Amino acid sequence: MKEGRIGANGTWVGASVPRREDPRLLTGRGRYVDDLTAQGMLHAQFVRSNEAHARIVSVDLSEVLNVPGVVAAFTADDLNLRDMVGVMERPEHEFRVTAMPVLARDRVRFAGEPIAIVIATDPYTAEDGLEAAVVTYEPLPPVVSEEAALAPDAVLLHDEAPDNTYVDVTMFATEGIDAVFDDAHRVIGVDLRSGRQNALPMETRGVVAEWIDRDEQLLVRTCTQIPHTIRDTVAACAGLDERQVRVIVPDMGGGFGQKSCVGREEVAAAAAALRLRRPVKWIEDRRDNLTASFLGREQHYRARAAFDAEGHLLALDTDVICDMGAYSAYPSTAAIEPMMAAVEMPGVYKLPAYRVRARAIATNKAPTAAYRGVSRPQCVMVMERLMERAARELGLDALDVRRRNLITTFPYKNSNNITYDPGSYLESLNLCEQTLREEGWYERKAEAAASGRVMGIGYACYSERTALASTAFSERKPRALVSFDMSDITMDMTGSVRVTTGTLSHGQSHETTMAQIVADRLSLPIDKVKIVQGDTDKITYGFGSFASRSIVIGGGAVAAAAVALTDQLRILAAHLLEVDTDAVELDGEGGVRVRDEPERRLSYGDLAFVAYLQSPRLPKGFGPGLRASGSYDMLADGVFSNATHGVVVELDPGTGGVRILRYVCVEDVGVAINPQVVEGQCRGGIAQGIAGALFEEVRYDPSGQPLAPSFMEYKVPTAMEIPDIRIEHLETPSALTESGAKGAGEGGTIGAPAAVLNAVNDALRDTGVEFDDTPISRELVYRALENGPVGPGAATPAH
Amino acid sequence: MPDIQLIELNVNGESHDLAIPPRRTLADVLRHDLGLTGTHVGCEHGICGACTVLIDGAPARACLTFAVQVEGAEIRTVESLAGPDGAMNDLQQAFTDHHGLQCGFCTPGFLMLAEGYLAEEPEPTREEIREVVASNICRCTGYHTIVDAIEHCARKRRADCASG
Repeated sequence: MKEGRIGANGTWVGASVPRREDPRLLTGRGRYVDDLTAQGMLHAQFVRSNEAHARIVSVDLSEVLNVPGVVAAFTADDLNLRDMVGVMERPEHEFRVTAMPVLARDRVRFAGEPIAIVIATDPYTAEDGLEAAVVTYEPLPPVVSEEAALAPDAVLLHDEAPDNTYVDVTMFATEGIDAVFDDAHRVIGVDLRSGRQNALPMETRGVVAEWIDRDEQLLVRTCTQIPHTIRDTVAACAGLDERQVRVIVPDMGGGFGQKSCVGREEVAAAAAALRLRRPVKWIEDRRDNLTASFLGREQHYRARAAFDAEGHLLALDTDVICDMGAYSAYPSTAAIEPMMAAVEMPGVYKLPAYRVRARAIATNKAPTAAYRGVSRPQCVMVMERLMERAARELGLDALDVRRRNLITTFPYKNSNNITYDPGSYLESLNLCEQTLREEGWYERKAEAAASGRVMGIGYACYSERTALASTAFSERKPRALVSFDMSDITMDMTGSVRVTTGTLSHGQSHETTMAQIVADRLSLPIDKVKIVQGDTDKITYGFGSFASRSIVIGGGAVAAAAVALTDQLRILAAHLLEVDTDAVELDGEGGVRVRDEPERRLSYGDLAFVAYLQSPRLPKGFGPGLRASGSYDMLADGVFSNATHGVVVELDPGTGGVRILRYVCVEDVGVAINPQVVEGQCRGGIAQGIAGALFEEVRYDPSGQPLAPSFMEYKVPTAMEIPDIRIEHLETPSALTESGAKGAGEGGTIGAPAAVLNAVNDALRDTGVEFDDTPISRELVYRALENGPVGPGAATPAH
Repeated sequence: MPDIQLIELNVNGESHDLAIPPRRTLADVLRHDLGLTGTHVGCEHGICGACTVLIDGAPARACLTFAVQVEGAEIRTVESLAGPDGAMNDLQQAFTDHHGLQCGFCTPGFLMLAEGYLAEEPEPTREEIREVVASNICRCTGYHTIVDAIEHCARKRRADCASG
């Protein structure tokens, strides 16, 4: 064991253990999907739609096949694959079932939609092949905005979805809510929109698929967050048994939700490999990733909130419209954003009365998948804008208004029918404010104003339900309830263990953090623990990594498996030492001893030797072998991580630019398994939240053509735009999880947009301009400042 | 058949004879012809920097460079950083110490960027490091810990130099 790397309790959990993943990734020995090869491998690319909305009159691939090096080209008819159809168990008027074909058949619904797959001997030739394809279209009117989609005479994208609406639910509707609004001291409104974004993993999507005769399997090596779902879907689409598909996920360059849906191209490439009986590789290029993969976040909220004169929130009535694009993605469906928004909206605030209507609409844009945070960044924007506006209109301090409304007694059941487990909502706000005060930012802001500079300070308070549980899902009613995970553990004769998890680390460090959890349960050095993930032949079943579920659910399952193995070790040791099982214990040094006679001990290696090689010595019904299983199913409402973000910005009157001077995040994820990893998740999440608040947007022209097909137009922030971020930890251990941990994957992204928005509005306080939408337009900031701030500093020249 | 050109490429101190089409990028040659898959391709248009390698000591985008352009140059990739026994060098160690990587996809690009930069400017300020780090894109870390890692590596190199 390494000095200084053990947690305060002498445990691995709580320690910033160096990452097991790092040496291979730092030395160029990581293996990502495009690093893989296979004998005789071919390369695929896709003929994609030039039109946003059209009927396909004909697809002529004859010239494609004449390009030297092109081996095959297939249309939807050639491959004849079953469609992907995501289903929610909701009434038809609430959820309209629509299909997403693997390749477009007679209709294209967004520019970039895959129509045919071209397979060639090398990737350059595959691209040459695409240029020879001739697709004839009969254009249909493009539907590229909420207003156009919902217009009474709008052309429908899917016949099954009248009003271009996939989802339309009204929920909660607390009895008497209208009377609360009627009688309220003040009703405050917010109307806000968030731009369409790309989750933007640095590794684009990709797959290498090949049929392996000996295994009778289609081996699909792909970068996905959901390996078992890919297996099931490829099998279903291609008409294979599930045992005939094996999905392996190699090292993976991020996902952030974009890889939590089944890619049409993944299925098509696998089907082509099956058809050709040759390995087929598809690597998405960045242009396709920016225009034709899964996107997210484009939403519109109209909220009304009733407040009393002291700033207590009394009721909230919200209408949410999520622009889900051209298809309901599989398996998450078009309900993922509206249902998340509807259920999680109140966040950290006590809300006596609540009503929400949440819709998902169809437009001719690339479809929406989960993107880190899923709707909660916007929910937090709504709530935080309401708090700020209420404070302004009621003449109160905005932080005091928050304090009056924060949930402070736990468990707390809110009007969204969720019971919140304990957190540190008030404490995190207080510490965040205190930190910015102690660092002197309030004085600096005042000094800046005096010299004509424009600074602002903004906050956002939020909690995040991590590890979505059975109950959460039963409220939303998807067909598949992804609330549990399973784990198998085996110990070998050197006393080392291999532990499977159905989660799928792709940057989150589970090879390290889950090993920490297991090492503690078995009192093993961490290098004796190997986490096995991302292989559907090695892992019985699992749902992968998304929704901040892994450390709670996957971590719970590996802990349960490890505990089950300790039971096996104790039973075997007690039998061999001829004492009761209750009389033995783990000795903390890789062995089991008799509690009252500690010199009588058997090492794990001794026990495993007997378990594998001396079966006659085993107790009746034991083994042979040393293995155990565990599972974890979150049966409560989930566990809530929380945080407060505090941001200091300075606006540039010359350019309208927003510069972040300071960023403080006070977070509480319960027990941090590995604090350095938690900080990394926080900082990275915040960077993505800032990206959404200030920079990134996927826009379309009126004909539905995407306007950001490269990094020249899609403005990903660099180290010049993302500041250093101070993180302070609070720790409210969860009583509901195996390790006391709560999820930590998405929080940063959830809090950042609202905090930045509030900071910019604070800076603009004296101009009378307020922003509610993201990304915040530089041009509008410039215009707001054009005549100089109207405040006390306005008289002083800015030199 | 497309034109094929014969070139000799010097990569990480080894010489390779190659017969390649002129349109083949350096990134593809390194990755798929020489098996040096540590160099990654993130955007194919020179912005993200995941493919950054050193060409005669200077950081360059391997995705925007044709292999036929760099015959005669000394090319270094991430595979050259570790010792012959596979042990990480000080820069790589600093990245793991400071959690300067998560998914690891952009990491080789940042390592080669930093390697080239620190050779040219051994005493950078944090702000100067930040400006250089802004040449590449990382989606996981928020950059803070990448800047930390490079700053600490530079400081340690100076300290080792002074005490040596």
